[in-house]
Amino acid sequence: MTTTPTRTRPSASRTRGGIGESVGRPDGVPKVKGEFEYSSDLHVEGMLWGATLRSPHPHANIRSIYTSDAEAMAGVFAVLTHEDVPGRKVYGMEIPDQPVLAWEKVRYQGEAVALVAADHPETARLALGKIRVDYEVLEPVTDAETAMSEDAPKLHLSGNELRRVDVRHGDPEAAAEVVVEGEYEVGMQDQAFLGPESGLAIPDGEGGVDLYISTQWLHVDQDQVAESLDLPPEMVRLTLSGVGGAFGGREDLSMQIHACMLALHTSRPVKMVYGREESFHGHVHRHPAKMRYEHGATRDGKLTYVKANLIFDGGAYASSSNAVCLNAATFACGPYDVPNARIESHMLYTNNPPCGAMRGFGAVQVCFAHEAQMDKLAEKLGMDPVDLRLKNAIEPGMKFPFGQEVPYPAPVREILGRVREIPMPDEQEAMGRDLRELPGGVSNTTHGEGVRRGVGYAVGFKNIGFSAGFDDYSTARISLSIEDGEPVVRVYTAAAEVGQGLVMVQAQIARTELGVENVVVEAADTRTGSAGSTSASRQSYVTGAAVKEACEKVRERIFELVRDEFGESDELAIEDGNIISDGREIAPLMEILDDGEISEIVEFHHRATHPLDENGQGDAHFQFAFAAHRAVVEVDVELGLVRVVEIATTQDVGKVINPKALEGQIEGGIAQGLGLALMEEIRIQDGEIQNASFTDYLIPTILDMPPVKMEILELADPEAPYGLKGVGEPPTIASTPAIVAALRNATAMELGRIPVRPEHIIGIPKKPPDELPQPESSRYSGIGRLEDRRET
Amino acid sequence: MQFLQPHSWREALEARAAHPGARPIFGGTDVMVDLNFGRKRPETVIDLTRVPEIREWNREDGLLRIGAGVTYTRAITELGNLLPGLAMASRTVGSPQIRNRGTIGGNLGSASPAGDALPPLYASHAVIEVASTRGTRRIPVGQFIIGPKRNVLEPDELIIAFIMPEAEGPQQYAKIGTRNAMVIAVCSFGLALHPESRSVGACIGSAGPTPIQPRDAENFIEDVIEEHDLWESRAEIPASALDRFGVLASEAAMPIDDVRGSADYRRHAVGVLARRTLTWAWNEHRGVAG
Ligand SMILES: Cc1cc2nc3c(=O)[nH]c(=O)nc-3n(C[C@H](O)[C@H](O)[C@H](O)COP(=O)(O)OP(=O)(O)OC[C@H]3O[C@@H](n4cnc5c(N)ncnc54)[C@H](O)[C@@H]3O)c2cc1C
Repeated sequence: MTTTPTRTRPSASRTRGGIGESVGRPDGVPKVKGEFEYSSDLHVEGMLWGATLRSPHPHANIRSIYTSDAEAMAGVFAVLTHEDVPGRKVYGMEIPDQPVLAWEKVRYQGEAVALVAADHPETARLALGKIRVDYEVLEPVTDAETAMSEDAPKLHLSGNELRRVDVRHGDPEAAAEVVVEGEYEVGMQDQAFLGPESGLAIPDGEGGVDLYISTQWLHVDQDQVAESLDLPPEMVRLTLSGVGGAFGGREDLSMQIHACMLALHTSRPVKMVYGREESFHGHVHRHPAKMRYEHGATRDGKLTYVKANLIFDGGAYASSSNAVCLNAATFACGPYDVPNARIESHMLYTNNPPCGAMRGFGAVQVCFAHEAQMDKLAEKLGMDPVDLRLKNAIEPGMKFPFGQEVPYPAPVREILGRVREIPMPDEQEAMGRDLRELPGGVSNTTHGEGVRRGVGYAVGFKNIGFSAGFDDYSTARISLSIEDGEPVVRVYTAAAEVGQGLVMVQAQIARTELGVENVVVEAADTRTGSAGSTSASRQSYVTGAAVKEACEKVRERIFELVRDEFGESDELAIEDGNIISDGREIAPLMEILDDGEISEIVEFHHRATHPLDENGQGDAHFQFAFAAHRAVVEVDVELGLVRVVEIATTQDVGKVINPKALEGQIEGGIAQGLGLALMEEIRIQDGEIQNASFTDYLIPTILDMPPVKMEILELADPEAPYGLKGVGEPPTIASTPAIVAALRNATAMELGRIPVRPEHIIGIPKKPPDELPQPESSRYSGIGRLEDRRET
Repeated sequence: MQFLQPHSWREALEARAAHPGARPIFGGTDVMVDLNFGRKRPETVIDLTRVPEIREWNREDGLLRIGAGVTYTRAITELGNLLPGLAMASRTVGSPQIRNRGTIGGNLGSASPAGDALPPLYASHAVIEVASTRGTRRIPVGQFIIGPKRNVLEPDELIIAFIMPEAEGPQQYAKIGTRNAMVIAVCSFGLALHPESRSVGACIGSAGPTPIQPRDAENFIEDVIEEHDLWESRAEIPASALDRFGVLASEAAMPIDDVRGSADYRRHAVGVLARRTLTWAWNEHRGVAG
C-alpha cells in the first residue's frame, strides 16, 4: 500500500498504538487458532435448543397449524406459533411488515412459521417434522417486473410497489449528439458470512430477558424485540457476542425474537443456531436489479443527459429496501457532472427471498450499469474510457443530479488519474506457464491456448452513514482511572464489532487523545446508548467521533485539575501517561487522578441530512467516499474461464487510521466485488433457492483472488474526526464493473449481466461453438466420417 | 446412531453383513455432509479407517492394486509417477483438508457423475474389487457405476480396492469449475494413451448420469493414429482429427442444465477439453512440450 500524504498535522500524541498505526486485532490469534468464541459457541448449563419451522412454499395461505404431535414428544419444552407472540406480531427496521411467525399467509420460501424448544438440537429438529401445516399453495410472483403489472396479485395491502424514487434534474427533453443505450442485470448476491445466525436468550426470572447475540446494531434489535415481546426496552438487554461477519446481512432480525419468546415461555435459557442451509433462508440478500440506461453526450465527450429506469426486486418484506431504492436513485449517474437526468428507481415486493442491506447498498448495482455505459460511450466516441471519465468527473462545488452540492473532497479526477499510473503487471507468454497462473488453475484446462488479456477501469462512490433525514448518532462513554498503579482508559459503546476493526479504531483514538496506552474496549451492550448500525461504512466516523469527543472531554477535565493544582497555563498534553507542558513532563496522570475516575458520555450527531423532495432533490447524504479500480484479467475465450491477474485501486480515505485494517477492508471488499462479477449468485427458480450451501454458492478462494496494488489518498474531510472517511464499502463498488470491463476488453462480448458465467463469455447458447468443424466442413472432410472409415 | 469400528477386513465384512442398512465411512467427506444436511440418517455407521488392508496399495500380476482407503494426497505423492492421470485429477479435488481425508474408494462409493477420480479410472479400464462374507468379485468400473450416485454394490458388500495398469503413456485430466479451487466439476475429461495396446482411453465427467466413455471418439482417434502409423512415427495428429475427436466427445456427452452450468456449455466444453487433453498427451508422447 502506498499512501499519499496530502496534508500533515501535528500528531496529537506519541503514545504507542494510536491512530495511524497498524494495531493488530485483539481477537486475531484466537480466531486463527479456532479459540475465538462466536455466538454459535455460547453455552450455559441447562439450556434448551430452539429450532424454526420454515415454509417450503414461496407463496401460500396457511389454513391451519397442528402442533400437538410435536408438543407430545419427550424432550420438547415448547412449540410456539404466531398466537404466542406477546406483542407486535410484525417487525422490520423501516416498515414493520414481516411477521415474527407467519399467520394466514407465507410470502417467501423459508419464512418462519413455528418454533420449537427442546433439550437437544436433534430432538428439536425431529419435532419440527411433527408440526403439520396445512398450506393452500398459491402462484408465486417471482419477478419484479411481473409484480409491477396491474393484474399481479397484491402481496401486501399497500400493493406491490414498495418504494419509488424519481430524480428529475435539468431539462427532461435534453437531446444529445451521441446516444448509447444498455440493459443491465445484477443477480442476487449473498453476504456469505461464515458465522451462522445464532444467539442465546436467558430469562432473568423477573419477566425480562438477556440476549447474547451476533448483530450489527444492538439497539434497533432491542427495540424490535421489546415491541414483539411487549416489554419495555430495559427489560430486554442485549450483549454483542462473537460475530462471524455481517456485510449487511445482520441488520435485520433473524432469531432474536424467537429465542427470547422460547426462553420466556420455558423459563430456560434457549440457544438457537442456524445451519448453513437455513442461514441462506434466514437473512436478507443483495437486491437483484434490472436497469435500462440511456446516456447522451456531445461529440467531444461531455455528458448531456442520463436516463435510467431501475427495477429492484425487494423480495417478500421491506427490510431496508426503502433506503436502497433511494441510494440507487442518487448514485445512478455515477460520480460525473450530469447536467440533465431522469432517474426512476422502483422497488417491488415479490415472493422471492427478502433483500436488504449488503456492502455497497444500492450503489453496487447502479455502478455496474453506469460504468458499462461510460465504456460504451467511450467506444462509440472513439475515446479512451479513462479520458472520458476524467472529462466528466464531478468536482467539489458542482451539484449532484439529486441537487446536493458536492462537498470537498471529491477526488474523482485524482483517483482515476492515479489508478491509471499504477504500473501494469508483467505479461509473460501464456504457453507453458505454471498452471496456477492460467485461467482454470490446477484444474488444468488450458496450457495457454485461447488465453487473452483484458484491462478495464471503473470508478464508484457512495454515501457514508445513514441518509435522508435519519438522526444517525452514536454514544460513547470514556472512563479514565488508575488500576494497579497504571492509568487505564475504558471505552464503552454499543457499537458492533463484526470483524471490520472498530475495536482497534476505538482504542487507537483513545490512546491518541488521552495519551494512555492501556485502553480496554469493553464488550458492546445496550447499557450504553445506541451507537447506530455497523453498516454504511459509518462506525469509524460516527462512533469514532463520539469516542474522540468523550476523550476530549475527559482530557479537558484532567487539564482543569492540572491547572488547579499547578497553575500551568501553557498548552497541555498527555503522553505515555504523563502530563506534558511545553515539552516538559510535569506530573504523571496517576498523581493527578489519585483514586478518582473521570468519566464522560458523548452522543455524537453528524450534520443533519434531509429527505428528497418529489423531484428527488435534497441534501440527502453527509459524506461521500470514492474509489477507482483497474482490473487486469485473462480469459480463456474458448472455455469462458477467467483469471483475474491483478486489481489496482486508488481510494480516498481522508485519514488512514489503521493501515493494516485498511488493507484488509480493501482486499476483502475487492474479493466480494470479484465474487459478484464472476460467481456469487443465489439462484432462484419459481421463488425457491437452488443453491443454499457453499457447495454451489461459490465465493472466491485464495486461488481466485489476485494481488491488489493500492494507492491511498488522504484528503481530509473538514467535518470528520481526523478528516477520515468510511472505507468498508467503496472497494466493493467499482471493483465489479472494472473486472467486467476487462472481460469485455478481452472478449468483445456485451456481458450485461453479473455474475458473468463462462457460457456468457463464450456466447452460449446464442452462438453455436463455431470452432469445432462440422461433418460438412472442409476441415472435417480431410478426415472423413467415422462410419465411412469403419467400413474400410 | 450406532458407530462400529472394525479393526480388520474380516471384522468389517462381518459387521457389514450383520447391518445391511449401515453406511460405511472412510474419509467422511461425503457421508458427513449428508448427515449434516439431514439427507441421510443411517442407523449404523461402519468406520473403515482402522482396517489396514484397504489403506495399502501394491503390485499384483503386473497391475496396481490400490486400496479403497487411499487418499487423494497419497495418490498424488505415492502414485503420481505411476498413475499421472489419477494424480492430476486428485490435485483438482477440494482443498488440502479434503484431499487428506477423502479417498478414491469413497468417490466410487458415492458414484457421483462429478467424482473427479472416476474419469482416470475409466480411461485406464480399472476394475473394482468388492467383497462380502459371501466372497469377492471384480467389476469393470464402467459396470460398477450404473447411474447418478448409484453403483452395483450389494447391501452386504464393501469396496476393497481398484486395480489398474501402471501408466504406459501420457495421461491427462482437465476439469471445468467456476472458480479455481474447491469446486465441483461443471464437466471434466480424462484421457490416457496406451501405446502398448495401441489404444486411447477417454472419459467424460460430470456431463451425464455417469462418467461416459466416448467410444466413437476413442475409436476414431485410434483409427487415425493407426492409419497414419503415428504410434511409431510420433508425428503430429492432424489438427482436423483433433477437432473431430472433440466433436465426437461432445456428442457423446449427455449433459443437463443445472445451477453449475448449462447443458450447452457442458457439451461445448467437453469438446474443447477433449481436443486439448489429447493434444497435450500426444505432444508428450512425441516428446514436445505443451
Ligand atoms: C468441501 C468438499 C469438497 C469436495 N470436493 C470434491 C472434488 O473436488 N471432487 C470430488 O470428486 N469430490 C469432492 N468432494 C466429495 C468427496 O470428498 C469425495 O467424493 C471423496 O472421494 C469421498 O471420499 P471419503 O473417503 O471421504 O468418503 P466417505 O464420505 O467416507 O464415503 C463416501 C461414500 O462411499 C461409501 N464408502 C466409503 N468407503 C467405502 C468402502 N470401502 N466400501 C463401500 N462403500 C464405501 C460411503 O458409504 C459413502 O456412501 C468434496 C467434498 C467436500 C466436503
